[in-house]
Amino acid sequence: MDRLSHERLVALQERANDIRRDFITMLVEAGSGHSAGPLDMADIFSALYFHILRHRPDDPLWDDRDRLILSNGHICPVRYAAMAEAGYFPRAELATLRKFGSRLQGHPERERLPGLETTSGPLGAGLAQAAGIAYGAKMDGKTWRVYCVASDAEQQCGLNWEAVLFAAKFRLDNLICIIDRNQIQIDGPTEQVMPLDPLPAKYQAFNWATLECDGNDIAAFVDAVARAQAVREKPIVIVAHTLAGKGVEFMEGDFHWHGKPPSPQEAVEALRELRTLKGKIEAGT
Amino acid sequence: MSGVDASDARAAKSMRLADYLDAAKLEQKATRTGFGEGLVEAGRENPNVVGVCADLTESTHMQAFSEAFPERFIEIGVQEQLLAAMSAGLAMAGKIPFIASYAMFCPGRAWEQIRTNICLNDANVKIAGAHAGVSVGPDGATHQAVEDIAITRAIPNLTVVVPCDALQTKRAALAVARTPGPVYLRFGREKSPVVTTAQTPFEIGRAQVFRDGADVALVACGILVYNALVAAAQLARDDGVECLVLNNHTVKPMDEAAVIAAARRCGAVVTVEEHEVLGGMGSRVAESLAEHHPVPVEFIGVRDRFGQSGTPQELIEEYGMAPHHIVAAAKKVLGRKAARP
Repeated sequence: MDRLSHERLVALQERANDIRRDFITMLVEAGSGHSAGPLDMADIFSALYFHILRHRPDDPLWDDRDRLILSNGHICPVRYAAMAEAGYFPRAELATLRKFGSRLQGHPERERLPGLETTSGPLGAGLAQAAGIAYGAKMDGKTWRVYCVASDAEQQCGLNWEAVLFAAKFRLDNLICIIDRNQIQIDGPTEQVMPLDPLPAKYQAFNWATLECDGNDIAAFVDAVARAQAVREKPIVIVAHTLAGKGVEFMEGDFHWHGKPPSPQEAVEALRELRTLKGKIEAGT
Repeated sequence: MSGVDASDARAAKSMRLADYLDAAKLEQKATRTGFGEGLVEAGRENPNVVGVCADLTESTHMQAFSEAFPERFIEIGVQEQLLAAMSAGLAMAGKIPFIASYAMFCPGRAWEQIRTNICLNDANVKIAGAHAGVSVGPDGATHQAVEDIAITRAIPNLTVVVPCDALQTKRAALAVARTPGPVYLRFGREKSPVVTTAQTPFEIGRAQVFRDGADVALVACGILVYNALVAAAQLARDDGVECLVLNNHTVKPMDEAAVIAAARRCGAVVTVEEHEVLGGMGSRVAESLAEHHPVPVEFIGVRDRFGQSGTPQELIEEYGMAPHHIVAAAKKVLGRKAARP
């Protein structure tokens, strides 16, 4: 991974904003979907696709690519937007999200869109598949890495912890799990629905290396990934603390936006805010 | 009764079966043993074959593979959901994982991971379900999977294979390893007669005429194929009824042409399986026949019940799957056939 220059950082922030803008437009067009998670993960997806991952958008099945597994499939529009920005497919295709015949299914399907790696949606299963891929890579002496993006609420699933045990047993240091710790799920705040804290301590107790960062601070996230890459003999989890709905003030921190799209009117407001955010980024440079 | 069709007679002869009537002379061997042998051969044949087991290595007979290829064997403990989901990942990394547990736990417990992580991903994972059926015996209902065919055959992309004896299970394991895509291979715990020989052909998706006849078609799968053969011999000897016995080992994709041909020839069908009649192989046969060639059908299998403890023989008797039950069902379906306008 290259060093993160100031210019690159600003470019990544702008990409994140572009992703958010595309995402809002897609969601309104689709008429359904999840708002909060994709918005708060836009910074991380920008960093992954435009700085961290070894990948070739024009050759999505390139053998030596890093594998990015999206476990919480419902935030897939943020991945679709990042992939389109990266050149995996034309941006115009983003308007087909959730529509009949689209490669951009409501929850991502590997067989439909090259570059997705796995089909996901039912929660708690991504880390298990990521661990299997990482194990297979180790068997063949491959040096590419497996990144698994997961939500905080799916840490409530039993299967997730089966995978945590497995990855620790086999010391899968080519596996980096990134948890979107945005504190919300459909029915309310995670700590009310089914408490997860102290989450890093749980992973630590399961023999994982643990890191925490501000998931909306791209420089901090990139730094965490760099430290994760240096870990040996243990799988690594990065608990990325994010602000649910980040970038659209009326959505921020409100669990009601977990599973619904903005109305066209609300979208206009959201897009205006995102433009302002871009202004802020530019003003800050 | 009607005569014997020459082509079916030839087909049956080409199966080169053992002298199945002489139970004392037949080798008795568990289908799981056949699986274990087949897996080792598959491992020799292809370095990408990997064995994954959820704390049942010995009883699923994956032990030999784990000893022959320790670097390709993965012990994951009592984690059946992980067994399915993680192995989907192994397949995506280019491996051919064979995953083994009791059928009750995988596919039973791991159904959603099999559906979404393996089959919707079209991942090249081979699911080996051991201890299927009530013939597990003393362990009782908790460990007797009689619903697994129903829940697996409902999943797109998944091939479902239920071989008839240990030798066929061995060959099925090899064939499965050579066939890309998700497969469920079902087998049992108890020793059962080996009716096939080294000369008996085997091909996934191709049903086999094991005996010729034109009065009733006995369409069977798994270890109860033997009971169907025994029933057919009794019916021929005692009642002059000639049964066609079809080894319908691939429940999905089923050899529809062979099933329809058997129904067309006999005009009456009895399905035989060590599984619930709700949604099992017999249901699959009935679906095809209802659509293409409706004839009277009787179903041998467990009828909307859980299993229980007992010896395999006691349980086969209790749940109505012994040769004499098949004989009675054949006579009943013959009566229905005769009563048709």
